[in-house]
Amino acid sequence: MSFFFEVLVGGLLAGVMYSLVAIGFVLIYKASGVFNFAQGSMVLFSALTFVSLLERGYPFWLAFLLSLLIMLVLAWAIERWVLRKLVNRSPITLFMATLGLSYIIEGLAQSLWGAQVHGLDLGINDEPFEVFGLLLSQFDLFASAVAGTLVIILSIFFNKTRTGIALRAVADDPLAALAVGINLQRLWLIVWAVAGFVGLVAGLLWGARLGVQFSLSLVVLKALPVLIIGGFTSITGCIVGGLIIGASEKLAEIFIGPYLGGGIENWFPYVLAMLFLLVRPAGLFGERQIERV
Amino acid sequence: MLYREAGQFISHYRADQRLFRLRQDRIGFYLLLASAFVLVPYCGNDYWFSAILIPFLVLSLAGMGLNFLTGYAGQLSLGSAAFMAVGAFSAYNFNLRVEGLPFLLSILLGGVVAGLTGVIFGLPSLKIKGFYVLVSTLAAQFFVQWVFTNFAWFSNDSSSGVITAPPLQVFGLDLSSPAGRYLLTLTIVTALGLLAANIVRSELGRNWMAVRDMDTAAAVIGIAIPKTKLLAFAISSFYLGIAGSLWAFTYLGTVEPHGFDINRSFQILFIIIIGGMGSILGNFLGAAFIVLFPVLMSHIANGLLAGVIDAGHLENFQKIVFGMLIIGFLIKEPNGLASIWQTFRQQLRVWPLRY
Repeated sequence: MSFFFEVLVGGLLAGVMYSLVAIGFVLIYKASGVFNFAQGSMVLFSALTFVSLLERGYPFWLAFLLSLLIMLVLAWAIERWVLRKLVNRSPITLFMATLGLSYIIEGLAQSLWGAQVHGLDLGINDEPFEVFGLLLSQFDLFASAVAGTLVIILSIFFNKTRTGIALRAVADDPLAALAVGINLQRLWLIVWAVAGFVGLVAGLLWGARLGVQFSLSLVVLKALPVLIIGGFTSITGCIVGGLIIGASEKLAEIFIGPYLGGGIENWFPYVLAMLFLLVRPAGLFGERQIERV
Repeated sequence: MLYREAGQFISHYRADQRLFRLRQDRIGFYLLLASAFVLVPYCGNDYWFSAILIPFLVLSLAGMGLNFLTGYAGQLSLGSAAFMAVGAFSAYNFNLRVEGLPFLLSILLGGVVAGLTGVIFGLPSLKIKGFYVLVSTLAAQFFVQWVFTNFAWFSNDSSSGVITAPPLQVFGLDLSSPAGRYLLTLTIVTALGLLAANIVRSELGRNWMAVRDMDTAAAVIGIAIPKTKLLAFAISSFYLGIAGSLWAFTYLGTVEPHGFDINRSFQILFIIIIGGMGSILGNFLGAAFIVLFPVLMSHIANGLLAGVIDAGHLENFQKIVFGMLIIGFLIKEPNGLASIWQTFRQQLRVWPLRY
């Protein structure tokens, strides 16, 4: 039984990492209705930038600030040259544009900083320790603490600040938001920059786990079932969805996997999300769509 | 001057329902077919057959498959490669396990199996829509790849799931030379292409477009949504399955499950974005672009910038240019290369006047 709980807790903590990527998605989807496939490459790009700056001898905080600045420039460029030109297009078109965007960002990241794997040490030791007879990883706990802090900061930002409230207005009804004088383009810039910041945090944590390398951009695919379960528009949903996916994926791998020949981690989350959709088409916390002709 | 419709009157319904209503278009199409079937095999060389023409034709076919689903029926899919894999592996197994089954028939059966798989993974689309359908196609992508990698039965217990092409014998003819493989591919693609052009202008094709444009409205006017969507998944996967068989048997010869990974799905999606969503011609233009673009890029890099750029950089550079092209097309020409061709044709019809 204690083994079961160990796997469960390990899975839950790993799920937090998925949530971090999913949060970046939700931010952009809420504010601009864009399903941002490039979130994964933004994670890669920011982490790669940070590591490369670190390797060139910049101190930690300066490297962090510079990477943030670069993500801001990226957000500006995306708003200026992609989103603004595609205003009022169908969501599918926007999705495909972000697919193109992910190619650009990945190519850019690798031609700027090279394609080799970089190690990243955040100075947290990853030795497991025991709580109530369960072995826990210190790093995973740190990651969940970061995710928790991030969610708190974001919800304060969304509920208390002027910009955050404007963002919620845009998410609710872009036309009405424009009519009351909200500057849509500035808000898009902000939200993409914030998503870049979330991407940087996710990139650092994932990078410390797996090494900073190309496969980081693939975490985007794992974030998708998380979004489906949590709902596309809810940050709380991201966390819950991430926990569900992380836990069930690890449990399935350990307890069902051996009967099927192993490796079911790769597809299990998608099938789970699919089954979930049949029961709750809008996810756990998503807004139900009402359709009119 | 030559491209005029003056004097071509339509006096029968049959004439009205032709694929090419303009006589010049018909002649052009026949000339194109004749040159593809006679001229090209006569003067092409092996490099062109194996490295350019065959992949071009197969990818066009795969593009058609995805275009049914995404371009016509409006269901986004990132699992095209999975259905290609199902087609290839089923065709391989039919050929292996059924004694004396003709090659063409096993490809066809492979397509049918792929179509049925498509229906299964299309089932969730009846309850969900939009981006949510993506997850079902992604499930197909990862699940299918896992099945073919993990269960050696599908690849006749070969190492790491590699399958090898059966002897390419059609009606007693040996078609294993590059020119033969080209002709085989061309015949199948032409037949299915003509079929596709007719499907999309039939009632089914129109229903697909209605569902794409607004499914609630389509349901209101009495289109059976479940049937329409599932048929889109079935026919799309059938085409993709056949394309998968051709990819494995006439293009590569041997293929492993990894050859049908998610990057292949992206590639096919790019074909229809660049070529044109909701257009049959677009698939060919997009596939030609996808096949020729890397060749062109490496020629430029070798010719003009020899020694300046190494292979790794070139690949990244290619990625960047590719991404830019996709965004550029979405912004400037959302209907892809096919719509550029249509505009050109329109201008040709009225030339030298402007309209």
